[in-house]
Amino acid sequence: MLAAILFVLGLIGLLTRRNVIFTLMSIEVMLNAAGLAFVAAGARWGQADGQVMFLFILAMAAAEVSVGLALVLRLHRLYKSVNIDDASTLKG
Amino acid sequence: MLQLLWLIPAIPFLGALILALVGRAFSRRMVAVVGVGSVAIAAGISLAIVPAALALQAPYTQVLWTWMNVAGFRPEIALYLDPMSFLMILVVTFVGFLIHLYSAESMEQDEGYSRFFAYMNLFVGSMLVLVLADNLLLLYLGWEGVGLCSYLLIGFWYKDSANGLAARKAFIVTRVGDTAMLIGLFLLFHNLGTLQIQDLMHRASVQWPAGSPYAIAAAALLLGGAVGKSAQLPLQTWLPDAMAGPTPTSALIHAATMVTAGVYLIARTHVLYSLAPQVQFAVAVVGAATLLLAGFSALTQPDIKRVLAYSTISQIGYMFLALGVGAWAAALLHFMVHAFFKALLFLAAGIVIDALHDEHNIFRMGGLRKELPIAFWTFLIGGCSLAGLPLVTAGFFSKDLILWNAWASPHGGLGLWVVGIAGVLLTALYTFRVIFVVFFGTRNTPVTHRPRYRVIVPVAVLAALSLVGGLVKAPLLAFLNSALPALVEVRAGFLTELLSAIVSGLAFATGLGSAYLFFIRKRQYADALAASSAGRRLHAFWLADWAFDWFYDRAFVRPVVWMAAINRRDAIDSVFNAIAWLNRSAHFTLSRSQTGSLRWYAAVIGAGAVIFAGVILLA
Repeated sequence: MLAAILFVLGLIGLLTRRNVIFTLMSIEVMLNAAGLAFVAAGARWGQADGQVMFLFILAMAAAEVSVGLALVLRLHRLYKSVNIDDASTLKG
Repeated sequence: MLQLLWLIPAIPFLGALILALVGRAFSRRMVAVVGVGSVAIAAGISLAIVPAALALQAPYTQVLWTWMNVAGFRPEIALYLDPMSFLMILVVTFVGFLIHLYSAESMEQDEGYSRFFAYMNLFVGSMLVLVLADNLLLLYLGWEGVGLCSYLLIGFWYKDSANGLAARKAFIVTRVGDTAMLIGLFLLFHNLGTLQIQDLMHRASVQWPAGSPYAIAAAALLLGGAVGKSAQLPLQTWLPDAMAGPTPTSALIHAATMVTAGVYLIARTHVLYSLAPQVQFAVAVVGAATLLLAGFSALTQPDIKRVLAYSTISQIGYMFLALGVGAWAAALLHFMVHAFFKALLFLAAGIVIDALHDEHNIFRMGGLRKELPIAFWTFLIGGCSLAGLPLVTAGFFSKDLILWNAWASPHGGLGLWVVGIAGVLLTALYTFRVIFVVFFGTRNTPVTHRPRYRVIVPVAVLAALSLVGGLVKAPLLAFLNSALPALVEVRAGFLTELLSAIVSGLAFATGLGSAYLFFIRKRQYADALAASSAGRRLHAFWLADWAFDWFYDRAFVRPVVWMAAINRRDAIDSVFNAIAWLNRSAHFTLSRSQTGSLRWYAAVIGAGAVIFAGVILLA
């Protein structure tokens, strides 16, 4: 339940915020919500797999954030802003 | 000695190749040496193998290599020498050589000198392949080769679009016949399993009874090809327009190559025609009708070359008549004699045309007897031979033989003979019309150019051959009959050979006399006749070649042009265009969703996930 709320909050943050930093943070929130869901499910059915999976998610999140922040730096150099809607030159 | 046979077609091809690739860099002298020399060598080799060919007991076949070998279909590049093909190569190389020598001088001022000789050599080479071919596929290669070269040479002066039109007309009209011939080849191969001519003839006579539908169809389809190439009814319309090419080209097309290919094809496949008597009779009828129609058309033409073109159509009509009554050897004899005098007539006409600065209209010539004595005498000899001046000229002997055979043959009859005699009268009339109008009377155009030795030598040699060519009649017929079935003379009724000859002589005299009356003594008679209303209409009708062109224009050319015009945006293309259009619009619709906004993508992914989850949960 708490995981679902957290996930939806992250999604809303992702959709409403224009700042890239906030977008990344929202994704982190969503990842942690998914991790929390794994842990809760593992506790509910008495399995260790949920916690193992959370460790994986944690490692992946660390990697993702480092790559994401690097991209944000590049974007900032390029557009002189951290507004995500400025970087919409891939428009079809 | 006969091992040299392959060189005869190969050397003109080599000459054409050299001239086409590096002819541009050659001086004019060098071009003439290569162009004339290659045909001269071919003629020399043909002469050199005369003793060996005469001593030949059985036909000689020279297999060069296997063309292809696909599922039992194994045509070879092989040459076949028998009396018939031997006579053909002699005439083609020798007359071809004289025409080349003539054009070395007459084309000297032309900017396309090397191009001209490249085409001419290719032409001669293709014709030699055609006559020497051992199988019908190789023959067809040569057949298409001469078609291509005639196209190139008729449209030689391509800067004038009328010439290009004439070239295309020749190409397309002959293509109609070629298509029929190709279907005939498919039919023969499908039913008899080979295209090797001798095997084919043997199998046909074994497998097919006389008058079998297959034999009739095959013979009729090959006749279609022959009719197209030889400019016979109803595909004769291309030949008069083919006069757009240079004069030596016309001489080559009419005398040595191209138009006689149809005669050769029918003579070569004569077994098929013996199996299909109806088609053979059709050959005779086509020949007889053509010789009359073309004779009438020739009477009215004002262009000297067009008169000669119609006379060729008419003379090939005689050859077809001979083939149709089974007088194979007589047809080939007339072919040889015709090659001499028709080449002569064209070359002499070329002298006149060059002398008067490209004047083709005979009514603007006149009085040239004293000015151009060489052209006059040679044209007179050629004309006499064409019209068949009795006892002196070669044309008389060969034509007389055809006429006699048209009566005496089991397939012949009085009707064909009468048509032939009428043709003699017409021939004499139109020939002497030209001679009287061009060389007698008053001079209308000054002479600006006179021939030199390279022009004089060929016409002199051809004039001599036109006179003495008839002397070899008896030995030549015996030689040819060793390869072709001799004619059985069945009818010897009231019409004897001598009487036939006398009547044909009288017909000649009548034609000559009327021409003299109309064009020398009483010119006003001819004018009055042409001016009367019936005469005027008939004149216009014959001038337009019996309205064949008018009919073809209405029946075929205009509908096709009309359909092409309304179908300019091809109806079939629109199907493919529609597919392309559909793809493009789908692409644009979808690309609308690619906004570039990350948040929009995320929202869509989220919405999609929700929808899928909902679907799964509800299902």
